Amino acid sequence: MGYPHPSHPRETPILSRHFGEPEARTLHGWRGRGGYQALEKALGMAQGDIVNIVKDSGLRGRGGAGFPTGMKWSFMKPGDGKPHYLCCNADESEPGTFKDREIMRWTPHALVEGCAIAAYAMGAETTYIYIRGEFTEPLVWMDRAIREAYDAGILGANAMGSGKRLDVHVHKGAGAYICGEETALMESLEGKRGNPRIKPPFPAVSGVFGMPTTINNVETLAAVPAILMQGAEWYKGMSLSNPKSTGTKLYSVCGNIKRPGTYEVVMGFPFGEFLHDVCGGGVERRKLKAVIPGGASVPIQTMAEAEATLMDYEGFVAQGSMLGSGGVIVIDENQSMVRVIARLARFFAHESCGQCTQCREGTAWMTKIVERIRDGQGTMEDLDTLLDMADNMTGTTICVLSDSCAVPVVSGIKKFRSEFEALIQGKRFYNVLTQVA
Amino acid sequence: MSRPLVGGLESPDLASHDTPAHEREPHVPVFMGAVRQELDEIVARYPSKMAALLPALWIVQRERGWVSEDSMAEVAVALALTPAYVKGVVTFYTMYHQHPVTKYFIQVCTTSPCGICGAEDVVKALLRHTRAGELGVPSPDDRFTVIEVECLGACGFATPIMINDEFIESVTAQSVPEILARLA
Repeated sequence: MGYPHPSHPRETPILSRHFGEPEARTLHGWRGRGGYQALEKALGMAQGDIVNIVKDSGLRGRGGAGFPTGMKWSFMKPGDGKPHYLCCNADESEPGTFKDREIMRWTPHALVEGCAIAAYAMGAETTYIYIRGEFTEPLVWMDRAIREAYDAGILGANAMGSGKRLDVHVHKGAGAYICGEETALMESLEGKRGNPRIKPPFPAVSGVFGMPTTINNVETLAAVPAILMQGAEWYKGMSLSNPKSTGTKLYSVCGNIKRPGTYEVVMGFPFGEFLHDVCGGGVERRKLKAVIPGGASVPIQTMAEAEATLMDYEGFVAQGSMLGSGGVIVIDENQSMVRVIARLARFFAHESCGQCTQCREGTAWMTKIVERIRDGQGTMEDLDTLLDMADNMTGTTICVLSDSCAVPVVSGIKKFRSEFEALIQGKRFYNVLTQVA
Repeated sequence: MSRPLVGGLESPDLASHDTPAHEREPHVPVFMGAVRQELDEIVARYPSKMAALLPALWIVQRERGWVSEDSMAEVAVALALTPAYVKGVVTFYTMYHQHPVTKYFIQVCTTSPCGICGAEDVVKALLRHTRAGELGVPSPDDRFTVIEVECLGACGFATPIMINDEFIESVTAQSVPEILARLA
């Protein structure tokens, strides 16, 4: 549902159904809403069967990459004699994204249940939920839910009387965007600086503490209980577009939009109708100019591209962007694209871990150049320099933070070049209101 | 437990460095009694002691308000690390205070999604009403510090701010005086 707004009739609230209901946060309230039936069912199933259901459902990673979840789980081989670990990535820091925050503060038990099912399916006794340090409210609710689950015997040495050990711990981050990158998260969990690791080895071979590890996003894990209860066919059926993208997806919508909030629609929903109808369109009837549909790391879309998009993994790519995390940033005609992009570049420069030269230097120089253009001190040559730098920053580093900084700059110059040129030629950015005045 | 080694040598006494006056006071250990027990329980959650480093630093900050070099040395001993290693980790993460901070530490999100919804006006209002005047500079009455912070992950509730551990959503320039008035 479009929390904090009432549910829109065109939404399909499954994950978000109980957002805004304080009772759903407690174990009692959650059980009253059907909670922990899926875990009970899972603990009576063979591990491989759970993995197969998730595989058949077509569920894909909701953190940004969209990797098939069931396949990821199948890389873990229970019974290989090593301890296995499950990590839940709750380091939600991608600008524009705040969906996992709502899951954790309204339905914390949904995440505990999802973690427990996934951990059991992969033969992991221990799950770490890595929550960013700034999320003080989600941290409180997750801690409380886990404590309740232990007290009720849902977690612990004999989880729900199954004889299996399932432990879930919260690990609090300390302010570093890069720790949302899976290998950096593992480094941070081990008590190190959050520097991403070179892959391979992949986490399923050597992850946290050098052991086989799977890392999943909050939304991915929270989607699992319903899939187990209602079946793969039910989940697959929720798609308006293509069989590669199934189920529902949470979108956190922000920026210059009438009703910012967290919405849930089925895959393949038309993006134009989503923005104008479900989210209410622009503020004070202002025209929308651009959309960043999947968090700050994905290419900027023009409104023409956005309105032609079907909301799924393939649909956003077909219209020059990516589904990413589902963090939709809406930008209206009152905003200067150069200002927006300069601020995004500064974000990435601040958050670079500094391991790779292309990123450490590139993000900082990019920020300086875009800010120079913003302040009317740029030259036409700067645009070529930026594009050239972007080339050197893409696909050349350990992780993709460097690429992520180049993305808004390149797509911005490509799609909104006239705004850059106007500033370079000494014109000021006039928004509509100034022009009227 | 003996002092950890730094580069093969016994680590120097940190007090012998030219450190600010507030650090020269004798260090009162953080990890005593119930707090020590809390740390031991956390250590048991992980297969390595080192993994308890971030939680241990959080405990220090909760107890003391900031993480001093003496505290880092104490954490190092508790987790069998070197003080240099601990400092390397502390400096990587933005949320650990390496200096004492004012009673109210205010962080305002100004990343693009909030930036296009008026975050700059919130920053200006906070600087004016706390009389801090400048980012990162304590107010004249030494009660407030205002800093900009990167994405707080609540973009739909622009502009979110954090006052110490309290997370406040949908702050506008107009609501700033009322929020500050609530603080004792």
